[in-house]
Amino acid sequence: MKKTIRKIFDKKHISRTISYLVVIAGFVIIQLLMNTIGIKSLFRSLLVPTCCYIVVALALNLVVGVSGELSLGHSGFMAVGAFTGIIISGLLEPYLAINWLRLLIAMFVGGIMAGIVGLFISVPVLKLQGDYLAIVTLAFCQIIKSLLNNVYLGVDINGLHFSFVENRISLAQGGRMLLSGPMGAIAITRLATFTAGFLLILFTLLIIYNLTYSRFGRSIMAARDNRIAAESVGIHIRNTKMLAFVISAILAGMAGALFGLNYSTLQPAKFDFNLSILILVYVVLGGLGNMTGTIISTMILYALPELLRGLQDYRMLIYSIILILIMLVTNNQTLKEKTENLITKIKSRFLKKGSVAHD
Amino acid sequence: MYFENIRKGVESMAFLSYLINGMGLGSVYAIIALGYTMVYGIAKMLNFAHGDVIMIGAYTAFYCLTVFKFSTFTSILIAVLLCTVLGILIERFAYKPLRKASSLSVLITAIGVSYFLQNLAQILFGTNPKVFPELMRNSTFSLFDGQLTLSYKTLLTIIVCILIMILLTIFVNKTKTGKAMRACSQDKEAAQLMGINVDNTISITFALGSGLAAIAAVLLCMTYSTFTPTLGSMPGIKAFTAAVFGGIGSIPGAFVGGLLLGIIETLTKAYLSTQLSDAIVFMVLIIVLLIRPTGLLGKKVHEKV
Repeated sequence: MKKTIRKIFDKKHISRTISYLVVIAGFVIIQLLMNTIGIKSLFRSLLVPTCCYIVVALALNLVVGVSGELSLGHSGFMAVGAFTGIIISGLLEPYLAINWLRLLIAMFVGGIMAGIVGLFISVPVLKLQGDYLAIVTLAFCQIIKSLLNNVYLGVDINGLHFSFVENRISLAQGGRMLLSGPMGAIAITRLATFTAGFLLILFTLLIIYNLTYSRFGRSIMAARDNRIAAESVGIHIRNTKMLAFVISAILAGMAGALFGLNYSTLQPAKFDFNLSILILVYVVLGGLGNMTGTIISTMILYALPELLRGLQDYRMLIYSIILILIMLVTNNQTLKEKTENLITKIKSRFLKKGSVAHD
Repeated sequence: MYFENIRKGVESMAFLSYLINGMGLGSVYAIIALGYTMVYGIAKMLNFAHGDVIMIGAYTAFYCLTVFKFSTFTSILIAVLLCTVLGILIERFAYKPLRKASSLSVLITAIGVSYFLQNLAQILFGTNPKVFPELMRNSTFSLFDGQLTLSYKTLLTIIVCILIMILLTIFVNKTKTGKAMRACSQDKEAAQLMGINVDNTISITFALGSGLAAIAAVLLCMTYSTFTPTLGSMPGIKAFTAAVFGGIGSIPGAFVGGLLLGIIETLTKAYLSTQLSDAIVFMVLIIVLLIRPTGLLGKKVHEKV
């Protein structure tokens, strides 16, 4: 018991503890607010998407921050997860009445499907490097979107009916369409709950932290920092990167399933290139490899355009200006030095009384 | 037998017309791809705002033609000048302070600039689609006894693209500024030691790319005739793909990549499927990159230990 507690508050693991605490605190505060004062329905409708974006941003951070490969295809994995989840939950609906179990199965299968697609993609993708890798993941995301735009899937008593390119499905009585091309999925039973989102974030953190603090995590960071040196000490770079990529895809797929089951209609067009970019912005602003930062930046940046809603047409303009300014300020050399000086000054003042003197 | 020959003739004529139309579309992609590839070659950054510079060019040309009633030539000239200035301003205020920053920060800034231009255009010009005035009477001409019909627009686009390519190649290879650009793309510090003003050279590159974007904008609007503030995003992604296809950083690569992409897109739309054409285009890109990881004409950089 003592060992576990020490492990939790260990200096090495302090960032992990902080991440968990931030998520749990956020959940508790929002639950309390919901049960006491009550929150606006607009805000309430943002809760589940925020959880999904946090999970996808964390998953992307595993690829971009920890593994060091730029991926612009995570909206594609989300789309795979979302539509798989919707199909599974739609198919199970007559047989399984327990909502949370159906959601769990949908998320699980959605994650697995996204993982399979991720595995399939990672074979060619990880042969490439840098910007070429970015464009190939972007291309995959576009391919997935345009394929989903052309899938027609219906179900009736005779089983599943599938058609590609054109809508040629005739269903028996009582049958219904699960996917209808560009219109996407219609009349989805909304299963997603905020608690499910919260648990998914915890699950994601658990997986990512256990991975990064393991032998695998150290070898992948070694591969990121110096490919050749890592290779020379016997790390199989492609396999490690592939594992990170696939796990990231699975998590993104699970988040996608939750995201899809949060709406009553969902079009494939929602998962376009801009969504990938949006998630990448969350990751970069939160700090590469920094999970707590990712969670906080996702919450702030996702809420920001909604908070600016009062400004109507100008909100996205202001959002873009804030984005540029943040990048300019955080990369300003003189400003960085000044803040560093300030921090050391504060530190030395506080540490004067202590045993450790700052030079 | 006779009818068989005629059928084959008609089919091959149809193929030829698709091919030439594909080249027209590809020429536009090639001109846009030049902007991406030149900036990448020198600044080593993906300029995501390039597509939105195209959009600004389109609106400038539109307002010059309809509101101010300038002549076609003056309107295009004004659009080119404005986009050039815009390109220099974007570089000066958004990218120059980040020259030593990580490439991801620059990427995010470029995305920010792209959002900014798009939303500014939405506020200034509205989201309703605008109809671009007809610059050329939609005249077509026939070849081979009327079996092959082509429009002058397509031909003009291809000619403009080839002209730009020739001029740009001469500029980069023969002039002093072009030499400076090549030197900067190889090694910025060494170039600086040789007395090259690196900052100015980068600004010139952005100016050139943005000026070309304005020309591409006019050509694009001539083909599609209506446009909105999101005009630039899809051709932007396609042209970016074309630049990677041909090998990013290489000017002939952009030309080849753009043309091939346009031809593949038109042919898949004609023979396979309209809806799946995007998927097929990107699939071809992935296959090409698997066989040649640095694009068709890209140089392979060996890693030193």
